[in-house]
Amino acid sequence: MTAPLETTSASAEAQPEAVLAGAGASQIEGRSLGQIAWTRFKRDKAAVAGGIVVIGLVLMAALAKPIQAVFDLDPNKFHQDLVDPALQAPKGAWGGMSWEHPLGVDPGFGRDLLARVIEGSWVSLLVAVGATLVSVTIGVILGVIAGYYGGWVDSVVSRLMDTFLAFPLLLFAISLSASVQDGFWGLTGLPLRIAVLIFVIGFFAWPYIGRIVRAQTMSLREREFVEASRSLGARGPFIIFRELMPNLVAPILVYATLLIPTNILFEAALSFLGVGIAPPQASWGGMLTDAADRYEADLQYMFVPGLAIFITVLAFNLLGDGLRDALDPRSK
Amino acid sequence: MSLLELNDVKVHFPIKRGVFFDRTVGHVYAVDGISLKVEAGETYGLVGESGCGKTTLGRAVLRLVDITSGEVVLDGTDLASLPDKEMRSMRRRLQMVFQDPLGSLNPRQNIESILSEGMAAHGIGANQEERREKIRAILAKVGLPSNALSRYPHEFSGGQRQRIGIARALVLEPDVIICDEPVSALDVSIQAQVVNLLDELQEELGLTYVVIAHDLAVVRHISDVIGVMYLGSLVEEAPSDSLYAEPKHPYTKALMSAVPIPDPVVEEARERILLTGDLPSPANPPSGCRFHTRCPWAQPKCKEERPQLREVGDGHRVACHFVEDIESGVLQIGTDRAAVVPAARTEDAGIEAAAAKAAEAAEAAEDKAVEEKSASVEATDSEAAETDSTESAKDSTAQGA
Repeated sequence: MTAPLETTSASAEAQPEAVLAGAGASQIEGRSLGQIAWTRFKRDKAAVAGGIVVIGLVLMAALAKPIQAVFDLDPNKFHQDLVDPALQAPKGAWGGMSWEHPLGVDPGFGRDLLARVIEGSWVSLLVAVGATLVSVTIGVILGVIAGYYGGWVDSVVSRLMDTFLAFPLLLFAISLSASVQDGFWGLTGLPLRIAVLIFVIGFFAWPYIGRIVRAQTMSLREREFVEASRSLGARGPFIIFRELMPNLVAPILVYATLLIPTNILFEAALSFLGVGIAPPQASWGGMLTDAADRYEADLQYMFVPGLAIFITVLAFNLLGDGLRDALDPRSK
Repeated sequence: MSLLELNDVKVHFPIKRGVFFDRTVGHVYAVDGISLKVEAGETYGLVGESGCGKTTLGRAVLRLVDITSGEVVLDGTDLASLPDKEMRSMRRRLQMVFQDPLGSLNPRQNIESILSEGMAAHGIGANQEERREKIRAILAKVGLPSNALSRYPHEFSGGQRQRIGIARALVLEPDVIICDEPVSALDVSIQAQVVNLLDELQEELGLTYVVIAHDLAVVRHISDVIGVMYLGSLVEEAPSDSLYAEPKHPYTKALMSAVPIPDPVVEEARERILLTGDLPSPANPPSGCRFHTRCPWAQPKCKEERPQLREVGDGHRVACHFVEDIESGVLQIGTDRAAVVPAARTEDAGIEAAAAKAAEAAEAAEDKAVEEKSASVEATDSEAAETDSTESAKDSTAQGA
């Protein structure tokens, strides 16, 4: 790939020799790490595309209700007249695609698929992002503490991680969903389902990021700049926040963007097993489950939520990759 | 009273084994009983080969590693027994310049952030502007322009990075700076610049240095007093010129004889003392004198009794039982060596002991023969060198004419 270098950015590139010589000292303005990363990120076309798609998805999820209202898309409105009762499949080619229903309708009730994909996007993204935040928060805190302090603290946290990794997550999720009654945490219905999913997925995925952060912290802790900081008289928390954290941001960010698609798939799996989002609320996982039963009659139904998940996962992965490259201060 | 005084400092690292419960199975005797004094305003050089504990000693002084026993007295305060909180405030007076100029700078912090860290930790400077002023002054002192402030470590060259490392040590206005291999990661041309910078700063600010290095030329240039370390202890300490002119301890002699002389004629005639064997493991150091397994002059007594540093005149302090005998020529290389070495090497070999002893004895005899031979060869060599030099002298006069 030939990234065209603008002459302005090329001349602003660091010239170490010029620093010592003091030549043109006033012109050379130092750029912050953020600016450097942004310049580098902009050159990576795939990452920019991924980022734009992610922003689009987030906007779609956040504005799901207004969009449905403006375009008159009701995810739960039945169009039985569009479904062939004998075949249990939408009438017409390509799953009943038409100007009125651009992505077709679902084979059971004739509900508009575009409306359901939009409706499902906010559920899927909320669960995925919420669960990712939970696991990243727990994983980073415990990982840094274990990696930095070592010794028995590390032993305790590491064994805790092993325990969580060995835990039968699916069984736990099923039993928890079954036993949680309405009114738990003061929530009912859909909010409760979403809260339970975020908790279950987030709480059991933290050891993965915890391990990565712990290993990174252990290797950083032995670096000379941490020793230098200690010799200056810095305390533990100061070292953790000023020396270690800035170096951990990149791996954490990258892992988080890679964890989001995994969590979308996990939400889909739980919905598939009937312990996730309950119908008639639309969710991508739920739609996929629904479609799996009817693939012989209406194959197209499977492609709609499948494609939505695929595009989301790909966009987050591209964004994550681009961020990793852009955030490494040593890469050119 | 000396500014910095070490009294019998020991740093032992436990070797741990075990799956569930760590059990200590032994110790690495990285620093094993070092006493030295550093006067205010002088430079103390520490030399020794890799793994002799010189870096660990430097870190122990700053308490970056735990001191097992002994005292580190800075201006009357024993740092080794100081509680953490008070140690933190003492760190202002004691700073370090690290070996790896890039590794010791956080890649995610810009220079301003790196240099203001110490001030933030010690609450110096009321606000950012005041700190920035101070950082600018220090950058100028180490020869960097003030626009370096907003740059990141990877944008600088190796020599510049080391200047940043020195600037970081200077920010807190310390009394003592410990330089751990300050120039070994740099190109030779840059080494000179950094060494001269250290010299200038010492004159200007009245700093006291402890310079840890393995490069004998650098240490000689920069140090007033030099301590030679071997396997965790000091074997010799002397004013730098005197040490280079007249090394007294067998290890120092061997070390100095390994330095090439930048004059082909003299270099040809240079007598080298080659040490046999490897550096013993600091986890299982030899009994008695640590050096007896490799010392060409080793005697039975060396295996039994550990020699202490003692004054032998000319400001030399040497840890050797037989330094006077070696000096006067009473003790020759190889004398009675067979009686000492095999026993030391085969302590736990059991059955092989006898065979090894015999083999060693034979080897020693052979060594002796070879040494005598090489001595005579060297003698003729130096004669040849002399004639060479007279010839070259003739040449040059001919050319001059």
